[in-house]
Amino acid sequence: MGLTGKISTCILACIFFFSLISPAVVRYSPDAIDLDSIRQPPSFQHPLGTDNKGRDILTRILYGGRISIGVSVIAALLSMGIGLAVGMLSGFIGGKTDFLFMALVDLILAFPSLLLAIGVSVLLPPGIYTVMIALSAVGWASFARLMRGQVLCLKESAFIEAARAVGCGKIRIMFVHLLPQCVPLALVMTGLKLGGYILTESALSFLGLGAQPPTATWGSMVSANRAYINSAPWMVFPPGIIIALTALCFNLLGDDLREKFDIGSRHDLKKHV
Amino acid sequence: MSAYVIKRIILLIPMLLGITMITFALTKALPGDPVYTLVGERSSPEIVEKVRKEIGADKGTMRQYIGYVSLLAKGEMGRSYYTNRKVLDDIKSRFPKTLALAAMAMIIAVPPGIGLGLFAALRKGAVSDRIISTASMIFISLPVFWSGLLIMLFFSLSLKILPPSGTGGLRYILLPSLTLALPALATIIRVTRVSVLDVVNMPFIRTARAKGIKEKSINMLHIMKNALIPVLTVIGLDFGSYLNGAVLTETIFGWDGIGRFTMEGIIKRDYPVIMGCIIVGTVLFVLINLLVDVIYHYIDPRVRLHGTDR
Repeated sequence: MGLTGKISTCILACIFFFSLISPAVVRYSPDAIDLDSIRQPPSFQHPLGTDNKGRDILTRILYGGRISIGVSVIAALLSMGIGLAVGMLSGFIGGKTDFLFMALVDLILAFPSLLLAIGVSVLLPPGIYTVMIALSAVGWASFARLMRGQVLCLKESAFIEAARAVGCGKIRIMFVHLLPQCVPLALVMTGLKLGGYILTESALSFLGLGAQPPTATWGSMVSANRAYINSAPWMVFPPGIIIALTALCFNLLGDDLREKFDIGSRHDLKKHV
Repeated sequence: MSAYVIKRIILLIPMLLGITMITFALTKALPGDPVYTLVGERSSPEIVEKVRKEIGADKGTMRQYIGYVSLLAKGEMGRSYYTNRKVLDDIKSRFPKTLALAAMAMIIAVPPGIGLGLFAALRKGAVSDRIISTASMIFISLPVFWSGLLIMLFFSLSLKILPPSGTGGLRYILLPSLTLALPALATIIRVTRVSVLDVVNMPFIRTARAKGIKEKSINMLHIMKNALIPVLTVIGLDFGSYLNGAVLTETIFGWDGIGRFTMEGIIKRDYPVIMGCIIVGTVLFVLINLLVDVIYHYIDPRVRLHGTDR
């Protein structure tokens, strides 16, 4: 792993760690309204200032991180799971199943992704599960495409032929021989795409389709405070910076992974959710 | 060539049917009844029934879908539940604005993107290359809605040289198109850089150099012509991301285009509007990709166009 990869991992670990332990260390409650201290600039009491309801910005960012990162990671893993299953079935069975699955994949990749994610998330009442479902409903297609390619490639290799020759059943070949060969690639691809998931998650929260107020998420913090960008910039800058920083670290880490494992063609650069 | 294009266009039909099916299923599953949103919760049952009949919501889902598709086949998209205006007319009047935004974003993104990408690749490993590469990674990672706010803060609230929002001429289009262009610019830089680095090590570049061709014309003729192909794909795909980005940018900057129209439709649960926008956006995206494939053929005769390549 290169130097940038190591640095990004460290920063991400810090963000994860502090978000995770936030309930144990912060003095304030993220949603407690304190009308005596509204829109205060950064100070010793409030390192990043307070918002227009007197809530501590740092506390809200830490709590928001639990949701924003959690939702993105779970959605990425869900996409990976669905993509892995569909891609493997499609590649292994072939024929009509393959044709139908790939037609569906093509169809989903044909949609401008954020539009489709918005479309899916208005179906369900706004909330974190809705965002997870919307992200994975859009995201699984590119995983399925990659996994299908991998299985098509592996299917012809000698060890699968050998497994077939000694009488392994189809199910055994799929689970015991093909799956372990596909999972590492799928995990690397997940790492590559996490930056995109973070950005889409925050965009959906920004549009008000994610967790509802008073719950803090990074995207909704930018959205709720954006009217004060000129008069109270400390309310808008920190959540935006933390989204950008997290996405940047995931992207740099993904770049490292891409170089190491040599996957994700250039055409794929733009295909994150 | 033309056979290939015709084949691709025929393949569009099942694709379109699929798209209408997905969007139709999506809008049918939306919570809330548009009839009640139209007439209000406390209207008398007779009025509710009358409106339900008027917008055709009393028929079965399948019949509604068939009705919608046959309407589409006639080149209609129905009327908005709220304004009772034809959706297609509204889209037509807003479309040029989004197109202008996308075109302006492309003008901002493409030439500097290719230029900086080439520049960085030819100085691989140097300080300037590292700065350009890092900066492009940062721009990819910026959330559009936040960079839009920063741009608005800087240019209209601090410097006070451009209006923060509204639809209009050049003064209004600059900020939203800049917001839209930043991630595209960064992607184009990265793809150009990788692509040029691929080409630089090819034997024919060495041959050209051995023949004594000037470095400048090697860069322009030999390297760029070959390196541009993947860049073209990304520019085509970027059009899709403009449609994505347009939803956010147009909402922030109050630009009266398709993106904002879509968002308004979603907020008001205006089914015909949502479906119309998604269908128009997707068809456009698919057509642009077809166009890119055709342009490929002219730039690079090695690319053969036949069948659907997977």
